[in-house]
Amino acid sequence: MSTLVPSPTRFLFFTGKGGVGKTSAACATAIALADAGDRVLLVSTDPASNLDEVLGEKLSVTPTVVPWVPRLSALNIDPEQAARDYRERVVGPYRGVLPGVAITHMEEQLSGACTVEIAAFDAFSTLLGDPAATAAFDHVLFDTAPTGHTLRLLELPAAWSSFIDTNVGGTSCLGPLSGLSAQKALYAASNRTLRDSAATTLVLVARPERSSFREAERTRAELAALGVRHVRLIVNGVFLAEDRSDPTALALEARALAAFDSLPPGLRDLPRVEVPLLPFGLVGIAALRQMGSPSTPRGAPTSLAASTPFPAERLRDLVDELEKQGRGVVMTMGKGGVGKTTVAARIACELARRGSSVTLTTTDPAAHVEEAVRALAGGAPGLRVTRIDPALETRRYTEEVMKTAGSALDAEGKALLEEDLRSPCTEEIAVFRAFAETVAEGAERFVVIDTAPTGHTLLLLDATESYHREVLKKPSGSSEAVRQLLPRLRDPSFARVVLVTLPEATPIHEAMQLERELVRAGIHAFAWVVNQSLTPLSITDPVLRARQANEAPHLRELAAHGARIALEPWSAGLAME
Amino acid sequence: MTAVRVFDPAMCCSSGVCGPSVDPRLARFAADLRWLKGHGVAVERFSLSREPAAFVADPAAKSALETLGEEALPLVKVDDEVKSRGRYPSREELAAWAGVALDARAEGASPLRGTGCCGSSGPDTGAQQKPGCC
Repeated sequence: MSTLVPSPTRFLFFTGKGGVGKTSAACATAIALADAGDRVLLVSTDPASNLDEVLGEKLSVTPTVVPWVPRLSALNIDPEQAARDYRERVVGPYRGVLPGVAITHMEEQLSGACTVEIAAFDAFSTLLGDPAATAAFDHVLFDTAPTGHTLRLLELPAAWSSFIDTNVGGTSCLGPLSGLSAQKALYAASNRTLRDSAATTLVLVARPERSSFREAERTRAELAALGVRHVRLIVNGVFLAEDRSDPTALALEARALAAFDSLPPGLRDLPRVEVPLLPFGLVGIAALRQMGSPSTPRGAPTSLAASTPFPAERLRDLVDELEKQGRGVVMTMGKGGVGKTTVAARIACELARRGSSVTLTTTDPAAHVEEAVRALAGGAPGLRVTRIDPALETRRYTEEVMKTAGSALDAEGKALLEEDLRSPCTEEIAVFRAFAETVAEGAERFVVIDTAPTGHTLLLLDATESYHREVLKKPSGSSEAVRQLLPRLRDPSFARVVLVTLPEATPIHEAMQLERELVRAGIHAFAWVVNQSLTPLSITDPVLRARQANEAPHLRELAAHGARIALEPWSAGLAME
Repeated sequence: MTAVRVFDPAMCCSSGVCGPSVDPRLARFAADLRWLKGHGVAVERFSLSREPAAFVADPAAKSALETLGEEALPLVKVDDEVKSRGRYPSREELAAWAGVALDARAEGASPLRGTGCCGSSGPDTGAQQKPGCC
């Protein structure tokens, strides 16, 4: 029986802010259920899935049996792979039948952001809405991407169903959806499953931190509005200082207590399980079996040698370098929960305080840049704080299209165009354009962009590349901002990517993977920031000492990686955005 | 009943809203087809990227694609006759071909040069580009 999720339903969704331990909680629950005799399928919907690393097994888009855990299988919904498969299903039968140029063109048209989103969504819907797809399993657990991306995924079944229902034009923008009637039934079934309390549980995972609770509450409220009402809460990393003389330990404990005091009412009444802060990282089956087990091991003995000093710059050293340029784009990237927003806010405030004109913005629909700036003593003169809000950008785009392309149409034509613009695909385009415009601003001033967690950022990057290929072929028509986007991102004197990580295995490896993807796109990272490190601090609490000691191999790995590294010590005030 | 069949280039949506810049011609053509339908004409529309089978099944579309490549598209057939290639016809043309009277108050539509929502215009059209909409 799982102690994390007692009385589990057939479908379980693990969701929450980045870095709260969604993957760990989902894996630990899956292993516990399988150990108890159930057949379990574990699915990651995160485009930057960490299941492979955490389970220690190379996974694919179809179920792979996890070694050492009989009855547990796992798979990753890989949007790019799903899009490639989809493309091949559509195009494959026509190779040699239609001319090569036509085949090439079909492939190009099925390579954009909307195909990628729909293909991933389709794979997800099949698991949720088609009973035959998961007949071999008693439970299907979804380890989801950080909140923003996941809310979108869970809202899509309803969005597409209603778009298909209300689309009277018939010829409208259904994007690359094919076999519409069959899909419609599938989306409706997914929608029903999501709302069925007997079939589906939403497991909110949070850290005992205010921002984490707030985001869990936001997710709960948005999904309740969609009819998802069977909800539980796991609070992961609850910490009580054992050594009352350790200021870091006391600060960490105080922060958690304050967070519990301000637990939002919507979360207070949920069934709740608390998991203590563990002294080790949750990688591998053996570690996962310990999560939530009653005999959780305590920290290492205090006789452990203090960790070796780690030579590194500080964030302000990076700002010294950035300031010299006088303008351009700085982007913070990395896994969810590593502190991208805080690092972006600190860079932006510091540049502004030194007299530069700075815009701070975010592509993460779940980020709170304004709050991060407030936490930094109210920002600085010359600092403009904005955000790319998908709903707002979609409205702006829709209005612009109606004013331009729609202006010459008669009433009926206008209605048809408006209907097309209600397609869920429109949001992808609107957000992409807003991103291009934001980057373009960097020609005049500093633009510091806090990006969404890795998976979402990879998709944005992919969209940028596919637009760029089209733009190269036919440069007329698209805006200057869109045309210049990729060249600007590739120019190291214009765009500076700062990879943010914690001194832990998964966020480091995720950022390294991201770095490789960036290089593939012709973009080179400027520096790394290792955030919230215990290494430079004087620690005596046993659990924290063990965690401090555990940072050493990860810092060594990064040092060997040869990148420019800034190390920021753990601090209660600026922790975790 | 007259049947109009439109063979579109590879594109993601017929009104073009899903590209970073929307081509008014596409939105207009979609409205024109809707108008034709409202006057009892059977209208079918096939996109190369979504309904390639229709291109294989139609000998005229297939051979045009083989000889002219992408520039054959969009191709408009009325009943069994190919009426235009490589451009989107105007409402007047569509009306004349399908034998439908233009409404007295209908706006005069200029000939619409071809472009797909996702960028499939012929080189001579100077049409706007819709990069990577799908």
